[in-house]
Amino acid sequence: MATRAVITLPVAIKAGEPFEVRATVAHAMETGYRSGDDGARLARDLVRRFECRLDGELVFAADLFAAISANPYLSFWLRANKPAELSFSWRGDNGFSHDETRRLNVA
Amino acid sequence: MKAWLLLPLLLLLALAAQAAEPDARRSGRDTMSGALRTLQADDAQHPAQLALALGQELWAQGAKSCASCHGEPATLRGAAARYPASDQGLIDLPGRIQRCRVRHQQQPAWAPESEPLLALSALVAQQSRGLPLAPPRGAELDAAAARGQRLYTTRIGALNLSCAQCHDERAGLRLGGSLIPQAQVDDYPVYRLEWQSLGSLQRRLRGCLSGVRAKVWDWDSAELLALEVYLARRSTGMAMQPPGVRP
Repeated sequence: MATRAVITLPVAIKAGEPFEVRATVAHAMETGYRSGDDGARLARDLVRRFECRLDGELVFAADLFAAISANPYLSFWLRANKPAELSFSWRGDNGFSHDETRRLNVA
Repeated sequence: MKAWLLLPLLLLLALAAQAAEPDARRSGRDTMSGALRTLQADDAQHPAQLALALGQELWAQGAKSCASCHGEPATLRGAAARYPASDQGLIDLPGRIQRCRVRHQQQPAWAPESEPLLALSALVAQQSRGLPLAPPRGAELDAAAARGQRLYTTRIGALNLSCAQCHDERAGLRLGGSLIPQAQVDDYPVYRLEWQSLGSLQRRLRGCLSGVRAKVWDWDSAELLALEVYLARRSTGMAMQPPGVRP
């Protein structure tokens, strides 16, 4: 099944005004400390790094660890002065990688 | 006062008393913490939003998709309020989705509680937000409700507890640190933070069964369905807000 992510942005953004970005990605965030029904240890499988870029410039990043819930949800505030492209990337164990881009309608 | 005057007066008083009696039923969503209520009320924060997105995807997927018969998911507004139903046996909402998949889409049934089944259940249930639960009636359902009520009030398991002992007699008190809810079923499927995923009412019931160290009934067993029928009747008329969020 394809990886899914949900990103919520305000419909209209005013230049120079802060706006909230919310991003969540479907991921089990398996800690590596749990056992399955058969008693065997479940292998660690984490999203390790989240990055958000505004027209290629890094504006927000987060390192994620085992204590973070499944489907990690991040919300943060940004400011943009002109229409731009916001790109999101998630990188993790077992070659996990997911990218999304959103156009910002800055007026 | 003459007797013929007294009788209508008494009737009126009885009616007034009935009307004034507030509904003591409280949805689990009204008794959980403010933070969780916010989480459930805001679609942009709702932890089930990924599942709902998957549901939307599945809805339109395949040559014979849900959409090719039903159109938009919104056409099923009110459907989730009318389950469990009786149609060639008892059937709940996930059961109906499975049956649709096997009979009309000629696809293999999903495993119980699998991700796509929960996603579609959540999507269909979401369409009935705000509507009162209105489970149907009928001979088979009446019999199931009676059986469900017996199961609800029968002590089971190594802990020798019945559902009613916690969820009727001790609702509002605490078990360990957590509040005991009234076992209203108006928000299923729910995203439980403890599960880190969506789960059906059957999963919730099975969790309780293993909690009291009882034999855990099989998925879609007559016992679980009967209990579901009874619980739906118990919550009849309550406004549903699925998918819910629970601690």
